[in-house]
Amino acid sequence: MSLPTLPADAVILGSEVANWRDAVRLAGTALSRAGIAKPEYAGEMIRMIEEHGPYVVIAPGLALAHARPGPEVLADGIAIVTLSTPVNFGHPYNDPVSVVLALAVASGDAHIALVAELANIFNDSSAVEELAAATSVDEVRRIMGAVQ
Amino acid sequence: MKIVAICGAGIGSSGILKINAERVLGRLGIEADVTAAHLTSLESDAANAQVILTSPEFVDAIGKTNADIVIVENYFDTAELTRKLEAALG
Repeated sequence: MSLPTLPADAVILGSEVANWRDAVRLAGTALSRAGIAKPEYAGEMIRMIEEHGPYVVIAPGLALAHARPGPEVLADGIAIVTLSTPVNFGHPYNDPVSVVLALAVASGDAHIALVAELANIFNDSSAVEELAAATSVDEVRRIMGAVQ
Repeated sequence: MKIVAICGAGIGSSGILKINAERVLGRLGIEADVTAAHLTSLESDAANAQVILTSPEFVDAIGKTNADIVIVENYFDTAELTRKLEAALG
């Protein structure tokens, strides 16, 4: 199985952001312009980190931004934002972050196949570096094993 | 054997922990029921858990428990998970 789709709108490469909030907000922008979530979902993702801390930085250089399933989610999907200058989230081990992977899922049960696929991709420790260096959407799709 | 993976949302990061823990346990030949949960559902989900997998941020919020709390640094590093699960279950 591969990721369902990765529309070009869901990918933003080489962004320059001032801080982690802007990085997550940008990932929210990618999700909303790709029709995966409403614009308000960005604020939900930021709120999760404010509430629970930078645990979303689940591997060196990689933040998995996400919020709970809710009315802000329009479809199961992901967005990818890469940062030209990595930013700190305040994580004890995995800062600084160069890739923000935003995840939106409509229900808890439905997302296991999606995260299993993410595990297939990122259990290869070179995936984060490859994504951070990617210069085109096609390259990102190749790394993610995604179609269009 | 019951294992619970905890994150703030109960999706995403805890789902990845669940998937990778199941893979590691399968390789180790250990049968276990791994559940992804969030902090607010923790009390019911973790009632009989032997092991709780989580990030350093959640240790204080998890509070008192009979389960072994395993802190995972890199959710995609199955070697780390293998080492820590073996230590917790051994």
